[in-house]
Amino acid sequence: MPEPLLAIDGLTKTFHVAKSASGNTRLKALDGIRLTVGRGETLGLVGESGCGKSTLARTLMMLETPDEGTVTFEGTNPFGLRGKELLNWRRRVQMVFQDPFASLNARMNAADIIAEPWATHRSLYPTSRARDARVRELLHMVGLRPSDARKSPQEFSGGQRQRIGIARALALNPDVIILDEPVSALDLSVQAQVLNLLNELQKELGVSYIFISHDLTVVRHVADRVAVMYLGRIIESGATEEVFDHPKHPYTAALMSASPKLDVSGTPRDRIVLRGELPSPLDPPSGCRFRTRCWKAQDICAEVPPEPQVLAAPDGTRHVAECHFPLDSIKGLTGAAATAL
Amino acid sequence: MKTAAEQASSKCPVTAGTPAVQAKARDVVLQVRDLAVDIRTHRGTVRAVNSVRFEARAGETLALLGESGCGKSMTAKALAGIMDPVCDLADGQILLNGTDLAALSPKERLKFAGPGLGIVFQDALTALNPVYTVGTQLGEAFRIHRGLNAKQARLEAIDLMKRVGIPEPESRVNSYPHQFSGGMRQRILIAMAVALNPRLLIADEPTTALDVTVQAQIMQLLRTLREEGQMAVILITHDLAVVAEEADSVAVMYAGNVVESGPVSEVFADPRHPYTKGLLESVPVHLERGAQLKSIPGSPPELHHIPAGCVYQSRCPLVQDICRAERPALRAVDNSPTRTAACHFSEEITNA
Repeated sequence: MPEPLLAIDGLTKTFHVAKSASGNTRLKALDGIRLTVGRGETLGLVGESGCGKSTLARTLMMLETPDEGTVTFEGTNPFGLRGKELLNWRRRVQMVFQDPFASLNARMNAADIIAEPWATHRSLYPTSRARDARVRELLHMVGLRPSDARKSPQEFSGGQRQRIGIARALALNPDVIILDEPVSALDLSVQAQVLNLLNELQKELGVSYIFISHDLTVVRHVADRVAVMYLGRIIESGATEEVFDHPKHPYTAALMSASPKLDVSGTPRDRIVLRGELPSPLDPPSGCRFRTRCWKAQDICAEVPPEPQVLAAPDGTRHVAECHFPLDSIKGLTGAAATAL
Repeated sequence: MKTAAEQASSKCPVTAGTPAVQAKARDVVLQVRDLAVDIRTHRGTVRAVNSVRFEARAGETLALLGESGCGKSMTAKALAGIMDPVCDLADGQILLNGTDLAALSPKERLKFAGPGLGIVFQDALTALNPVYTVGTQLGEAFRIHRGLNAKQARLEAIDLMKRVGIPEPESRVNSYPHQFSGGMRQRILIAMAVALNPRLLIADEPTTALDVTVQAQIMQLLRTLREEGQMAVILITHDLAVVAEEADSVAVMYAGNVVESGPVSEVFADPRHPYTKGLLESVPVHLERGAQLKSIPGSPPELHHIPAGCVYQSRCPLVQDICRAERPALRAVDNSPTRTAACHFSEEITNA
């Protein structure tokens, strides 16, 4: 297996909050995260609000400093870098934000927004002629017209604004782009346009994506591998088809099952409707974090946190799940869930 | 092609056309006829909702499906009589159990539609008043419409909270909205809407702000309440999968117009308007990963620039001269009594 572009191991981040109902002031947003991203690969990051997806993204952007754990980017730890080396590292990891209406400065035109990263990274396109040429090139790459360069964000539709956000992320020729819910603010017909664009850009540039989304249909379409987060931990990860078709962790199975499907064949499908809601991350359950909502939970789940288990995947890929009682198959699962609920 | 539609229709006896089955058809609770809403803007008056027609039946869910700005929420607000002051009901009838709400005075409307029609909004935190306890807000309907005193209303509020599955209602009734999670707040909003057992429940994107596991819970709750009260439910959403799972019939809206309507199983299996077809194809299902999605080019027209002729002409692959000249009326398709589409070339749309 080739060396991954980005490897994270044991990443932990705790926030201190003023006061909470439980009296706990330490919020463990990330708890021992371990994952890798290969070159040119798309990693899908799935989970519900409050599970730590955005903290993970912010930590990878070096906007947060982890308490523990290591981040290795092509063999070096970015948190140890200073000065020019740090600047160069920042160039290589960029981000596209969810809300294209909030993430673009309304007082700048499209060209200035796209060119702004070069104000910090001056050596990249030192002359104004080079910058202008590159802006035109980027506009073309994301499917906008050269005449769009002088327009301000308000003159664009949501989809076009997201294209500007993508062009800005590409301006520094990054190796990794973190896409934080890049299409969830867009209408369906426009969403498909932006997903197609991201796909074409990846083929052309070989850039890696970390694709954060709550929309499982979209993740299934774009991701090579997928990691499922629950209360600060990655509870399951593996090749996308493998995780979607043979989920091993009950939470993953419940998430897949809860997500509405566009199927009008009329065949009723078994649905797992979980009890309760996400526990507060300030006061997570002992042992397995999912046990309070899990229909398979037994005594051991409250006492011993499950270790990540590497499970056999038929296609030879790594499939990891943190569960004492991983599911064998979907069939067995629906039966068990039906009786338990 | 036809066989697929026929198969689908045989699965939904309620909406099939034979007289024997029609006798079983459920009561029409709401009939909307040629509804039109104008918005006064500083650039002139625009029509946000244009000759919209649909019916909602007891015990069934009708989905109003469309993208942002298509007029689906405006339609809901017009039905509920809570439009912004800059909006006018320009035309049409809103028949709730045969009474035209559009023709009532505000006072009569309050009396009639208050108990008869409930609405659930998308964002529960802004829909609830932060400075009153949920008990006060839940009890309000009982105090106004049933004349109960505060103590009686509080008991009714606790009862409602039980009905929508809020744990420990006796103590939670004194809590404020911010003390509840998003899912629980949505339950409170639903409880307010169904407090007086309305005949019609309008749910405007009720789960868009929620996580999928909570969304599943809320949808289950809405189904249960619909069955219990035999309410007609109008579900407003942009999510095709939610429509496929939750609704019996669907009206697809585009630029203020209904462009297609009918039973969900038939419309989704065999769309008769190019926009519906385009939407269905934009969903990444049953596709090779990373394969090109069929997207709809361009974006919806601005309300200020709705073209004469068909509203979908600028994005339509089938567009001809007649589409630019003449706006197609919503008409029956496939000789079906339940299916309509507004397209000059409905018959030429294939599902290939």
